Amino acid sequence: MTGIRLPTLRRLGPGLLLAMGLALAAIAPASAAVGDPAAMLPDPAQEERAREIGRELRCMVCQNQSIEDSDADLARDLRHIVREQVAAGRSDAEIMDYLHARYGDFVLLRPPVKPETWPLWGMPAIALGLGLGMILAMRRRQRAAMPGGGAEATPELSAAERARLQALEDGGGR
Amino acid sequence: MSTVGDRGAAAPDTAPGAAPEAPSGAAPSRRRLLLLAPFAAAVAAGAGFYAMLRGLGSGSYDPKGVPSALIGQPAPDFTLPPLEGTDRPGLAATDLRGQGRPVLVNFFASWCVPCLIEHPQLTRLAREGVPIFGVAYKDKPADSLAFLQRHGTPYARLGVDQPGRVAIDWGLYGVPETYLIDRQGIIRWRWAGPLTEDTLSQELQPLLRRYA
Repeated sequence: MTGIRLPTLRRLGPGLLLAMGLALAAIAPASAAVGDPAAMLPDPAQEERAREIGRELRCMVCQNQSIEDSDADLARDLRHIVREQVAAGRSDAEIMDYLHARYGDFVLLRPPVKPETWPLWGMPAIALGLGLGMILAMRRRQRAAMPGGGAEATPELSAAERARLQALEDGGGR
Repeated sequence: MSTVGDRGAAAPDTAPGAAPEAPSGAAPSRRRLLLLAPFAAAVAAGAGFYAMLRGLGSGSYDPKGVPSALIGQPAPDFTLPPLEGTDRPGLAATDLRGQGRPVLVNFFASWCVPCLIEHPQLTRLAREGVPIFGVAYKDKPADSLAFLQRHGTPYARLGVDQPGRVAIDWGLYGVPETYLIDRQGIIRWRWAGPLTEDTLSQELQPLLRRYA
């Protein structure tokens, strides 16, 4: 897909569009397989709980998807384990702990707050603080560069300057 | 700019802490610093990038690498059946202890290309007398057997984990993965990806000596 330039695209026109549409239609059932009915729990409330837990767990293979969104083999196995444990009456925390013990912090899409992750969680505040500090520093510098302050301190035009300005304005109007 | 002017109008006096323009003598060195700072940043970024590429090349840096949660913990409890057609016994957690030396547990599959890449290194280690225990992960037994018959069996014991459940207890997220277990049955090291000559000499051999 990378090398297609626009003129080529235009020349191919409707045919290409149709092909792309067909390709998309072919992909759709594959992604629907993530929610394979055979793998779901019969109880909709339990299934919903399993999904919520799964959405908090990272697929270790694709790494930027939750196990609910991923079609990787391992993600399917982990979805299965989550459902097994939900059906067995384990609590959300117990299920998360089970996977956390095996895959570490990385499996949690919402990392726990602890000394190692303080910089991570604190980053928004740190970035905001840095930005505010920079704005304040720039303001100070600007104010210092203009002794006596801003607009009010701008000296009035002298009589000669006013006359020259008048002459320029008159000249421009002609 | 006009906001600054308005502020100036509201507080005509300069703020008490505000430093006046730097004395003229300091100005050139400061300008030089401003010119040098981006240059220094570029040099630092270049050095970092070079180190990253070197690491990627040698395998010591893996951006997708995830530290194992099991380092320093006892190996999980498990029992796996043997592979039919080989003379190697199956594998259980109890086999990992009492060998009198550190052992390796290697997860592999016949469908895994990196497993083929690391196979000569495993064979070499086995010849050097390191006990290597294999786990055939999500592989048809017939395929595992064909793989081992073709390339040789470096494993002293061999378990079959076709459903891949034992692998999950080990925190496995792909094949091949290799674990070093010390004499007390504690997991000391995990390598995700193929074992290369470099991995052996730089990482594994020192650890084998350390836990011997």
